[in-house]
Amino acid sequence: MPIGSVPPKYKVEIDRDLCMLCERCIENCPYGTFRREGNKILIFSRACTGCHRCIAMCPRDAISLQEKPIDYRSHPVWSREAREAIYNQAQTGKIVLTGMGNALNVPQIFDRLLLDACQVTNPSIDPLREPMELRTYIGKKPRKLTIDKTPEGDIDLVTKLAPNLKCGTPIMIAHMSYGAISLNAQLSLARGAAEEKTFMGTGEGGLHQSLYPYQDNMIVQIASGRFGVDIDYLERGAAIEIKIGQGAKPGIGGHLPGEKVDEGVSKTRMIPPHSDAISPAPHHDIYSIEDLSQLVRSLKEATEWKKPVFVKIAAVHNVAAIAAGIARSSADAVVIDGFRGGTGTAPRVFRDHVGIPIEAAIAAVDAKLNEQGIRNEVSVIASGGIRDSADVTKAIALGADSVYIGTAALVSLGCRVCGSCYRGLCPWGIATQREDLTARIDPDIMYKNVSNLIHGWTLEISELMGAAGINSIESLRGNRDRLRGYMLDENILSVLDVKTVGADV
Amino acid sequence: MKNSKTIDAKGMHYTPLNKEIRAAVKDGVTEIILNNINGQRFIGNGLRGEDVTIIVNGVPGGDLCMFMSGPTCIVHANAEHAPGNTLDRGKIFIHGTAGDAVAHSMRGGEVYVRDSIGYRGGIHMKEYKDKCPVLVVGEYTRAFLGEYMAGGILIVLGRGKDQPPVDERGVGTGIHGGELYIRGEVPDHLLGIGAEKKPFTEADREKIRPYIEKYCREFGVDEPELYIDEYVHIGPSSARPFAEKYCWE
Repeated sequence: MPIGSVPPKYKVEIDRDLCMLCERCIENCPYGTFRREGNKILIFSRACTGCHRCIAMCPRDAISLQEKPIDYRSHPVWSREAREAIYNQAQTGKIVLTGMGNALNVPQIFDRLLLDACQVTNPSIDPLREPMELRTYIGKKPRKLTIDKTPEGDIDLVTKLAPNLKCGTPIMIAHMSYGAISLNAQLSLARGAAEEKTFMGTGEGGLHQSLYPYQDNMIVQIASGRFGVDIDYLERGAAIEIKIGQGAKPGIGGHLPGEKVDEGVSKTRMIPPHSDAISPAPHHDIYSIEDLSQLVRSLKEATEWKKPVFVKIAAVHNVAAIAAGIARSSADAVVIDGFRGGTGTAPRVFRDHVGIPIEAAIAAVDAKLNEQGIRNEVSVIASGGIRDSADVTKAIALGADSVYIGTAALVSLGCRVCGSCYRGLCPWGIATQREDLTARIDPDIMYKNVSNLIHGWTLEISELMGAAGINSIESLRGNRDRLRGYMLDENILSVLDVKTVGADV
Repeated sequence: MKNSKTIDAKGMHYTPLNKEIRAAVKDGVTEIILNNINGQRFIGNGLRGEDVTIIVNGVPGGDLCMFMSGPTCIVHANAEHAPGNTLDRGKIFIHGTAGDAVAHSMRGGEVYVRDSIGYRGGIHMKEYKDKCPVLVVGEYTRAFLGEYMAGGILIVLGRGKDQPPVDERGVGTGIHGGELYIRGEVPDHLLGIGAEKKPFTEADREKIRPYIEKYCREFGVDEPELYIDEYVHIGPSSARPFAEKYCWE
């Protein structure tokens, strides 16, 4: 039954006095918002996704954009989104898919955690004149060290150390597959990560040949579809990550629609062109924690125990107990992805409503692992909505070893978080495989944006640490005493194991 | 000439065992005989090698030959959970039965099981260009056979005495590529969403013949009816079984 159209989301306007008819807006918008007729650029606002590409490329700043030019009658319960989802489903009868991370206006716990700094009694440290240790090792740490003294008086380490990843900073780049994002985007991220001596994930899309030069800085993923997975792939990675779940859509699998599977994606994933790439919800060889342990060991055995194996799960209610199970499975790190984690495509109802915030998950996992005396068995990598160096610092103080950044890394490449990733027409050349669009990212230039971002955040973290009188990331990890909760209730403070602002030390 | 090596695996952990296997392959050994195998998992995991044959005497543990790329493995006993998991290239012959998730996510190579297999056989097998995985089961299978298949050929010969080739549900749920060929009756209600029966043509018969021949040769089976009988041919009803479930924001 027709119910007419919903109001346009955006209104685009051009200041005719400023416009010089260069047509860059027409060239840059793949959605067809602009067209020229005579001496005028005509605008079809309904096509706009709010991606800002035209605004960024207009040499005269002639374009302005208004969000929600016509809004619905305001109502505290019936938001625009709630109403429009109903109109959509009333006409389709289907599951609504969306892109990017959680779009509900849920409180950010990170914003209600405040960091500490030294005053008078304990001097702060200036990272300019003192060494600051941000190097992070991801992997198992021995419970104790056995050493041997040689007759010459040298000390030999007898304990056999498990392989660890040596990262120059506690920031890594999250798994985003070739297919979900373009090869040029992946190349920029990989080179940026390598430049900063850190790592990036391949996602479940295989490892394209042109990424081989960066393989020592890549973590290869094995997910339920096993796309692109063979022994060569496993051996190339610096580490292997088993993806069980994802914060944006815990408990369900993923489908890369056939239209995104072009020749290049097809070759890397090892599936026929234009066929759907379906990753089932569970791994069908993992139906229990014992089966998970079998896959972890199988991967280690196949790669001769030379590589750390991570297990990634979505932060769900029982995250702490699951992480403890993972810690006992021979895995070297557990990755927890909070409910604000991003994605190329997820059902709206999952993206916005399933899972728990990463802040609570980190604290719960760290506490459980400590309680069971197995915190040394795994590193904890946190992800899902990390926006800046303050979030990184707070995540580490809550108990994480390191973080993954996904959306933030894409924003460094120009992404404006318009959330239309699923359209496959990303004007920034990120979430698309269309050649004219992917060509908008030159990896030889754009990698610098990625490395700049990580570099800048790393500098900020060392300043924050120095101000708090901490000179090593190890002394920050799980140091909840350097956090205070501001306007957080007692229950959440107790889960976080953080005192309220104003509390005595 | 065969360059053979025998390893006594009695009481041996799988890691040193695999180390010995790798070392032997590196030394140019082409036939590795493993005696007294008793539940060691991961045998031949990620192993490469073109003319290498591994003979397993005893029951191997789970994930036999996972990620293997090239060799042939012959098991003279039953096998456990997921033999041929994510197999890349090579062959596995099991002179007995096998457990659940046989040939899980296999992307190439061939797996032959003389008798029956457990649940989720051939789940998510997939093919790409010249790599087409093949799973042949001699007797019968349990539920969820060939689910999410994205490619490859899955043949059930239905040689079980008084036992249908499959009498449990979920056959081919979510299949979007590849084919199942099952000798005997498969009632419609056992088929999962996305799977449908297709005509069994002469071309299909020719397509599966070489694999049946290999099965018969390896296991010493002489049953001409395997070549003559009708097979139920099951394939995807669409290359995009889930497309109809979703709309965009």
